[in-house]
Amino acid sequence: GRSSSWRLVASSVVEFVTLGIGMGSSGGDRSLEVAGDDPSCVTIVLRGEDHTMGNAVRYMLARRPGVEFAGYSIPHPSEDRLNIRVQTVAGGESAAEAFGGSVRDLAGVADVIAKSFLGALEEFSTSMKR
Amino acid sequence: MGSGEDSDGKRSLPEHLERMRSRVEVGSKVPSNSEGVYYSGAYSSMGVDNSLSVSDLEKRLKVKILEKEKDRIVFELIGIDAPIANTIRRILLSEVPTMAIEKVSFFANSSVIHEEILAHRLGLIPLDVDPNLFDYMEEGAEPSEVNALKFRLKVQCTKVAAVPAEAKPSLKYHNSDVFSSMLEWEPIGEQAEVFGSKPPKPVNDDILIAKLRPGQEIDLEVLAVKGISKDHAKWSPVATAFYRMLPQVELLKSIEGADAIELKDMCPSNCFDIEESGKAVAVRPGQCTMCRECIRHGDWEEKIRLSRVRDHFIFSIESTGAIAPEDLFMRALQVLVDKCGNVVERLTESLDVSSAQARASTNKEHLSHLTRMSTGR
Repeated sequence: GRSSSWRLVASSVVEFVTLGIGMGSSGGDRSLEVAGDDPSCVTIVLRGEDHTMGNAVRYMLARRPGVEFAGYSIPHPSEDRLNIRVQTVAGGESAAEAFGGSVRDLAGVADVIAKSFLGALEEFSTSMKR
Repeated sequence: MGSGEDSDGKRSLPEHLERMRSRVEVGSKVPSNSEGVYYSGAYSSMGVDNSLSVSDLEKRLKVKILEKEKDRIVFELIGIDAPIANTIRRILLSEVPTMAIEKVSFFANSSVIHEEILAHRLGLIPLDVDPNLFDYMEEGAEPSEVNALKFRLKVQCTKVAAVPAEAKPSLKYHNSDVFSSMLEWEPIGEQAEVFGSKPPKPVNDDILIAKLRPGQEIDLEVLAVKGISKDHAKWSPVATAFYRMLPQVELLKSIEGADAIELKDMCPSNCFDIEESGKAVAVRPGQCTMCRECIRHGDWEEKIRLSRVRDHFIFSIESTGAIAPEDLFMRALQVLVDKCGNVVERLTESLDVSSAQARASTNKEHLSHLTRMSTGR
């Protein structure tokens, strides 16, 4: 029924559609800054995001092979700043690449959960009919 | 997650480490081991890979619906970790959009309820409309059919003739109670066709907005717009959304006879039963609220071990009624995907900018070198 018309994004698809959820309506600063001289040791600074993205991206980074360090901080709640620190193993991908890959993987995780959930809904409705 | 199937030839973790990785211990005084082990190289010295890829998750993830009613759904998510579960919970609570009354224009208000109080109450009324059909209304934009909903509320209270003074107000007066059902939708532009079959209205008809007495009148017009709960709680799509980690109750020693009866009576959540053999069994660990009554006294802590399974979540989503609870979960996942897309977009932009800047600065250096040569310095 309703649930079958969901637009899902596979993790292999590189293009994402941005709806500007929340940030668009409040007109927040949507910049991203990559700070650091060494490509394997970088702090990504995001504005307009909080623990919702911070902890999730940090988790995906930590679980990523080749990432030596992953952490996030929000220096002060009154300041619109989310720092994500990434350090990668020498000779592997750069920190910025690891970050980008992890964010894409996070979308992939959402996709996997969505598909499993829809499957579970199907199963539930068929088992209810019996 | 590294404790892989032996059939793959992957090494698995020793029991005590696997326990540490997969359980949060709940002691009588304090819980322990609440930190998860997420670092991909945590067990590299043992040859066990603790990394996670999207395809790993696809194999491991299980979802099972436990209860499903019109406004409430309870389901299990097994195989994901707390940061992801929490992110979804946070999005459900604060970033899934709905429609709610934002602007109230008064033509008349002779009631005892001040305008700002009435406006506040009107804002909190959940509206049975799908916010996906609307765009956000920008600052200073004109209300139009794509970004707003208009309602009218016009109620006058009058005296009913020939009713004795001792009677109830509902008999003595006409319109002494102003209910949410009295909000009348006024379509803007094309809305009449789009919503013809299902006109927008409050989710609940019986919300009492104000009380009036004869001679008092409320006449107002409202605009409802799309928003998120982070901005104001009136836009919350959920009554609440929460999860629990699966409780686990293990009996370390056999508990029989009088002890078994004591245990069964002790548990306020009725988790234990006594078998025919007289032994106590934790037959309903899912009901355990971790009150720890069963390990609080004497040496019970040596007999029972309470813990939570770290990657097994029991989600409960209660909708305010505007959006079905299963759709709410899907919309939260969509918000997460959109946020990720937004960050990737920003990352690509900033990397393009910085590589362009790097090119520009090397050009400058190149040019100044040429200048120095030509002036003979």
